[in-house]
Amino acid sequence: MNIFLTGARIIDPATGRDEIGNIHLIDGKIERLTKGKAVPRGSQIIPFDGKILAPGFIDMHVHLREPGFEHKETILTGCTSAAAGGFTAVCCMPNTNPPIDDESVVRLVQNKGREALGGLVDVYPIAAVTIGRKGERLAPIAELSAAGAVAFTDDGDPVYNAEIMRRALEYAGMFERPIIQHAQDMPMTMGGSMNEGLTSTKLGLPGMPAVAEDLVIARDIFLAQYTDGRYHVAHLSTAGAVDLVRQAKTRKLSVTCEVTPHHFTLTDDIVRSFDTNTKMNPPLRTAADVEAIKAGLKDGTIDVIATDHAPHSFDEKQVEYQSAPFGIVGLETAVGLAMTELVHKGVLTIHQLVQKLSTNPRRILRLPDIAIAEGEMANLTIIDPDAEWVVDPSTFRSKSKNTPFAGYRLRGKPVGIINKGISFWTS
Amino acid sequence: MPLLSKHLLGLEGMPKNDIQLILDTAESFREVLERPIKKVPPLQGKTIANMFFEGSTRTQLSFELAERRLSADVLGFQVSGSSVSKGESLKDTARNIEAMKVDMVVMRHWAAGAPHYLSKVIDANVVNAGDGAHEHPTQALLDMYTLKEKYGRIEGLHVCIVGDVLHSRVARSNIQGLKTMGARVSVCGPATMIPKELDRLGVEIYHHLDDVLQEVDVLNVLRLQLERDAGRFFPSIREYHNSYGITRERLEKAGRPITIMHPGPINRDVELSADVADGEHSVILQQVLNGVAVRMAVLYLLATGN
Repeated sequence: MNIFLTGARIIDPATGRDEIGNIHLIDGKIERLTKGKAVPRGSQIIPFDGKILAPGFIDMHVHLREPGFEHKETILTGCTSAAAGGFTAVCCMPNTNPPIDDESVVRLVQNKGREALGGLVDVYPIAAVTIGRKGERLAPIAELSAAGAVAFTDDGDPVYNAEIMRRALEYAGMFERPIIQHAQDMPMTMGGSMNEGLTSTKLGLPGMPAVAEDLVIARDIFLAQYTDGRYHVAHLSTAGAVDLVRQAKTRKLSVTCEVTPHHFTLTDDIVRSFDTNTKMNPPLRTAADVEAIKAGLKDGTIDVIATDHAPHSFDEKQVEYQSAPFGIVGLETAVGLAMTELVHKGVLTIHQLVQKLSTNPRRILRLPDIAIAEGEMANLTIIDPDAEWVVDPSTFRSKSKNTPFAGYRLRGKPVGIINKGISFWTS
Repeated sequence: MPLLSKHLLGLEGMPKNDIQLILDTAESFREVLERPIKKVPPLQGKTIANMFFEGSTRTQLSFELAERRLSADVLGFQVSGSSVSKGESLKDTARNIEAMKVDMVVMRHWAAGAPHYLSKVIDANVVNAGDGAHEHPTQALLDMYTLKEKYGRIEGLHVCIVGDVLHSRVARSNIQGLKTMGARVSVCGPATMIPKELDRLGVEIYHHLDDVLQEVDVLNVLRLQLERDAGRFFPSIREYHNSYGITRERLEKAGRPITIMHPGPINRDVELSADVADGEHSVILQQVLNGVAVRMAVLYLLATGN
């Protein structure tokens, strides 16, 4: 590999760089950063005028489904989907079968990640907080950390018992690992299919009230304060949750959070279609929640954009709304939705977007910063900020196509990624 | 003048003219039901499948009778009970219906939205005979027909729906239909059984029965799901009956005639005392009779509309 990427706008929050320039890569290493027209001898020129070149994006909330649910997704298809979506790294959730609650499963996932596409996409396992994700006994957090688990969560389910949550925060805190909470009060949401409010009242679908999310987060913030632990809210979806995290940050607690593209794009009104691809957990909320989320993204309350990529097979979603599994795929629409809904609508600058898709999640997970600097291995995401395209699930590289965004017209598209000396181009 | 839509999935969003057309058409079929020979030929050669994924006696019988009186071929498809695994059945059902070249499907399902799903994947007309807690449009149409029969109008009537509105498809369809037709609609029940933000549908909310009895023309009394809800949505049947049970004493205190409706089956002396159910202001049996005429009208209009 001896390539010369020219004319791109290089954005690097780690070094503060934001300028039009060229990058000369040899075997995946950044040899020179230059400006102007000079071309290094013997290199292949790739013109990137009008494109944005950023440190590689990471999606810290992905369900790769392997081991156990390979009919939905495998580590290979999930990594391919990530690459097509502009991500050079993913964190995979532990609700597999067996769950990632044992060192051996961490290693299995890591190995499969290294084999997939030659290791193009870095796969960082997130392990279970409790054995079997049952919420009863702590998983071997020290061993799992040592094996490479970057965080702990029982995602899909909350860590519901306050005593277990307290101890998990204390214990994982010793290893600088965050506990990632899927915040959901279980009795209040039992049987629920969608947000509780005007739309659920019209549709007669059992509701999941916003308060059921908020009160778990409120409790956990008290616990984070009491334990001095590191706490991260997964896929927050309510105005109340944004407020709680904002308050926690003003109190200097180690509390961070993420939001999914669907929660800043859609409202529960879309459930009126009874399309099961509008069913996710947490559910789509109201316009007021979307506004609060956008404000939280803008003022920095929300640190991270993560997809909660949750593949399900076609048949699994072709059922009654109330019977359908929660979740949608997200890797291949995330950048397009974030550009369309946030950057082009003036909610975030492109610089802030890069932070929420790269810098911030890496810092929360204690992964080294990616620097776009001479001598560094290139770990890059390239996007075309103005490319207009229509979401067509049949082109997804993910094994599953469960998305509510089919037919959506988006502006902004990943062009490709470069990582570990391997490149992947979307077209 | 045909109906605007190919299916009858719910009354939300149904134009006033369509509701009016169904009620007017029902009137002519109501007349048929008084004849010595109660059968007419308009659906001859049409096949209608009744798919009941949830137990129902009177709705199913009412539809069947309506279909037979219109001379349709009727296919019963009882799928209730736990033998059918959730989910899988719906898709397979749709495929089977397609394969059998059925013209219309009448569907009762425990899940909200099931008939909507069906309507998207098959060619036949779909009639919603009740989907979860969502809608039960023919029930609301027959309720409105019964009101029109008694009062000569719907507009301006004050109808109060009493009881478990949260879990009630009858309530939802009635609210939508009655609002469209210009009635004043209120609900009365414990706060635990009134769904959130219901007032945004233009519905007045009461929690104390005596407050609304002074103003109301009609009480549409909902059936209480005794086994499921005691202890969570209300403390006990005794307390529910004392607070929301419709009794003769209570109605007499109002000092004015109030029409009593109930979608059936009645829990006697729980939501409705026996003497009220059988009393002179009860139109419960007229509802049953009108149900056949209204369903004939719906089936006829859908079958001949497109």
